[in-house]
Amino acid sequence: MPSKQDLLDLQFIEARHKLLDLAAFLDRIDRHPGEDDYRFAAMKSALPILLENRPDRARAVLEAFSDPTTEPIPQASFQGAFGAPTPKH
Amino acid sequence: MKYIEPHAHMVSRTTDDYEKLALAGCEALCEPAFWAGFDRSSADGFHDYFRQLTEYEPKRAAKYGIKHFSWLCINPKEADDPGFAREVMSLIPEFLKCPTVLGIGEIGLNKNTRNELTIFEEHVQLALDHGLPILIHTPHLEDKLKGTRLILDSLAGFSKLDRAKVIIDHVEEHTVAPVLDAGYWAGMTLYPHSKCSLDRAIDILEIHGPERLWMNSACDWGVSDPLAVPKCALQMKSRRHGADAIERIIYQNPKDFLSQSPRFIL
Repeated sequence: MPSKQDLLDLQFIEARHKLLDLAAFLDRIDRHPGEDDYRFAAMKSALPILLENRPDRARAVLEAFSDPTTEPIPQASFQGAFGAPTPKH
Repeated sequence: MKYIEPHAHMVSRTTDDYEKLALAGCEALCEPAFWAGFDRSSADGFHDYFRQLTEYEPKRAAKYGIKHFSWLCINPKEADDPGFAREVMSLIPEFLKCPTVLGIGEIGLNKNTRNELTIFEEHVQLALDHGLPILIHTPHLEDKLKGTRLILDSLAGFSKLDRAKVIIDHVEEHTVAPVLDAGYWAGMTLYPHSKCSLDRAIDILEIHGPERLWMNSACDWGVSDPLAVPKCALQMKSRRHGADAIERIIYQNPKDFLSQSPRFIL
């Protein structure tokens, strides 16, 4: 199994690139006109998870972006998915 | 390096992709019935599709030395109208006689509706009636966690179900544990933007171990990569996984699960 140092050597630049892309996305949404929506709010609410001292941050982020309801719905009003629970949830 | 691609939608791919798969070492691939990007307007459309899966694609794959197998169903995205879904399902027994059909799939849920769940359970019963393995699709993005829980709850009601003959696909960090803990197989789908990245799939493998786990590209008409499995194998190598561990996850595990169908012969 690779050491922390091995993984940093292997993946730090790529992870840095992804973090910068996320920071730039947040700036871009702020800079442009109009209103953001529930997806942007969900993303911002998930960001503090990254700084938590826990071994399952990826799982926690996915759970933060998940529909919290438990019962099947009577009918779907659309077929796709948008990445964050819609406000009715 | 030889490998098995256990989930690919080749009806949406070009013949060039078969060549790339063969060059990368793909010995066999499995194609579950799915949503082809738009809703079909009649059961006849599905009849044609099932013929394409069972007659045409095996021949197209064979030109590149790849064995092609399929799974049949009406996918959950088109299964919200129970009357239409049952009309399509009535076609399936005729095609179960085809020598490359392995089982029922990819059934499951899309938006987690009551009708989807009803048709899912009727598919499970169809598989049980014919003694077939089952391949299950879990929903996308925000619907996955709830859908996976609904699927697990539903399957728990089938007392005669052999859980070792069921694979629940598209697991991620928040759904893999309940699937494996319940005794089912779990599939990790390697997608560029959704589902698992290569590194996240390897993380899941490192955390949960290789037992009852496979990885697939699920390449289709959307953003996807037919070479995702060999690319993940390469990434495993860079993360110092040994040749045996890589061979197990990309070849032996899918072979073990799929060989539960006597038709899966390499």
